[in-house]
Amino acid sequence: MISKRIVLHFPHRLVDQPIVYRLVKDYDLNFNILKASVTPQEEGLMVLELSGEEENFKQGIAYLERSGVKIQLLSEDIVRRDEKCTHCGVCVPICPAGAFSIDPQSRKVVFHDDKCIACEICIKICPAHAMEVYF
Amino acid sequence: MRTIAQINKKIKQKEVVVVTAEEVIDLVKKKGLKKTTEEVDVVTTGTFGPMCSSGAYFNIGHSKPKIKLGGGICKLNDVPAYAAFAAVDIYLGAAALPDDDPRNKVYPGEFKYGGAHVIEELVAGKDIRLEATTYGTDCYPRKRLETWINIKDLNEAVLFNMRNAYQNYNVAVNLSDRMIYTYMGALKPNLGNANYCSAGQLSPLLKDPFYRTIGIGTRIFLGGGVGYIIWHGTQHNPVAPRKENGIPCRGAGTLAVIGDLKQMQAEWLRGTSMLGYGVSLTVGIGVPIPVLDEEVLRYAAISDEEIFAPVVDYSVDYPQATGKVLGEVSYAQLKSGFIEIMGKKVPTGGLSSYAKAREIAEELKSWIRQGKFFLTEPVAPLPGVESGYTCKLLRERPCS
Repeated sequence: MISKRIVLHFPHRLVDQPIVYRLVKDYDLNFNILKASVTPQEEGLMVLELSGEEENFKQGIAYLERSGVKIQLLSEDIVRRDEKCTHCGVCVPICPAGAFSIDPQSRKVVFHDDKCIACEICIKICPAHAMEVYF
Repeated sequence: MRTIAQINKKIKQKEVVVVTAEEVIDLVKKKGLKKTTEEVDVVTTGTFGPMCSSGAYFNIGHSKPKIKLGGGICKLNDVPAYAAFAAVDIYLGAAALPDDDPRNKVYPGEFKYGGAHVIEELVAGKDIRLEATTYGTDCYPRKRLETWINIKDLNEAVLFNMRNAYQNYNVAVNLSDRMIYTYMGALKPNLGNANYCSAGQLSPLLKDPFYRTIGIGTRIFLGGGVGYIIWHGTQHNPVAPRKENGIPCRGAGTLAVIGDLKQMQAEWLRGTSMLGYGVSLTVGIGVPIPVLDEEVLRYAAISDEEIFAPVVDYSVDYPQATGKVLGEVSYAQLKSGFIEIMGKKVPTGGLSSYAKAREIAEELKSWIRQGKFFLTEPVAPLPGVESGYTCKLLRERPCS
C-alpha cells in the first residue's frame, strides 16, 4: 500500500473529463479530495490523498501524466520559509491536521508536511508570514 | 557579597562566570544555592514576543529648501508616522497602518503591513519611501517632500518602546461558540486552544520579581544591539497578586526601553501580523541579572513549575474588563502542550518564542564573556510593591 498527498493541475481541455473516476475504476485507487477548484476559462486544481497498491499507484500516476495533468507533491506546494519562522508556536493548536509540533528539546516548531491537508489556515495565522502556498 | 563594580572588573579580565536563566535552574538544583552564588556572577535572561507599544523616532535631516513636517502629514511606505514635533523629527508606531488598509472591514483583516514592518525593513537596510505634505512658513517654505530614505543616512534612528517585557501575562481562551481573532492569536470556540505569551523561566522581570537589580539605566540586549531601560513601562503594576514565592501570577511590571536602531538587527525586530487584530513588533530583549547575593540568585533560579499565569476568557471577560480569571496554570504545564481548564484538556500555543528567548540569553552571555558588555548600577529603582503604584481602569466622565 502506498498513500500520497498530491496536487493536480488540470489544463482547460481536461476540466470536464472524469479523471478521478478513471483512477478508481481502472487502477483501483482510493482517493480523498482535500481541496478542489475549477476556474472558468482557466485550469482546474485538485488536492488529493491517493492510495492503493504500489503498482496500481504508479500506473495511475502515469495515466494522469499521459492525460496532461500536472502532478506535484503537496509538500512542495505548502512551504515554510525557515528564515522567517520565529518558532512562537501559535500555529500548533490551530492546525486541524496536527502538522505542527514543538520539539521538546530545542523548543522549535517542526512542520510535518506529510500531515498537511492544504487548508491554508496557517498562511493567514502565522504572524511572521512564514508559511507560503504555491498552487 | 558581590558588587556590580566587582563583576565588571571580572568582565574586563575575562574571568566572569555567566549562565542563562535556564541553565542556572539546574545548577542551583545540583550545587545548592550557596555554592552557585559563590560561583556565578551573572544570569542572563531573554524574551522574544510581540510588543505593540513599541516604535522608533527619526531625524531625517533638513531638505533644501527646508520643510516643517511638524503639523503636517508624513508617511513611510504609506504608513503614517507621527509628525507633531519640530521640522524633521517623526515617530513611527509599531501598530500604525496605511490609510487604505481595509482593517477588519473584510473580517478577519490580515494586517499584512504596518509600522512594525517599516521598522524591520529600515533596520535591514532597505530604502523606505517618505512622503510628506505640510503647510509653509517663512522659515520652512516647502510644502511637499517625496524621497527615499535609508537608515544609514538618518541623523538619528532610535527605538523607543513605552511598554515591553511584561512580567507575566494572560493565557487566552475562548468560551464562546465562534472563532475569535485577538492579539493573543486566533482562539477556537469552546476552549479549542489556549495561547500564552511569556518566556516564563527565561523572562527578565520574572527572574528579578521585586526589581532589585533591574532599574532605570540598566544596560540590556535590545533588538540585537545594546539598549537601556529608561523608565517603568506604561501599565506597570507592581502590586499585582503574587504567589508565596513572590512571583506575580498576573501581568505586573513592565519596562520602557530605548536604543540606537542603527546597531540593531532585523532578526530581533520583526514585523508581526495578528489576523483580525492588527500589526505588532516582535522585540528581542535580554536583561543581565548580577548575582549580588543568595536572594538575587534564589529568584533568578525559579523554574517554570513555580511560575503561574491566569487563564482569561477573551470572548467576554477580557473585552468587557470583568477581571474574571478562570484559573491558574504553570508555565511547565503550558509548555507540555496541554492544560486542563474547566475539566477539558486544551492544546496550548505560544506567541512568545522560547527558542529565540534562549538564543538571546545565550547571545548576551557571550557578549559579557567576551568583555563586550558591562553591567550597570541602576540610576533609580522601578516603582516596587511598596510604592503603591498601580494600573487603573479608565474612569469615564461623559462630556454631555
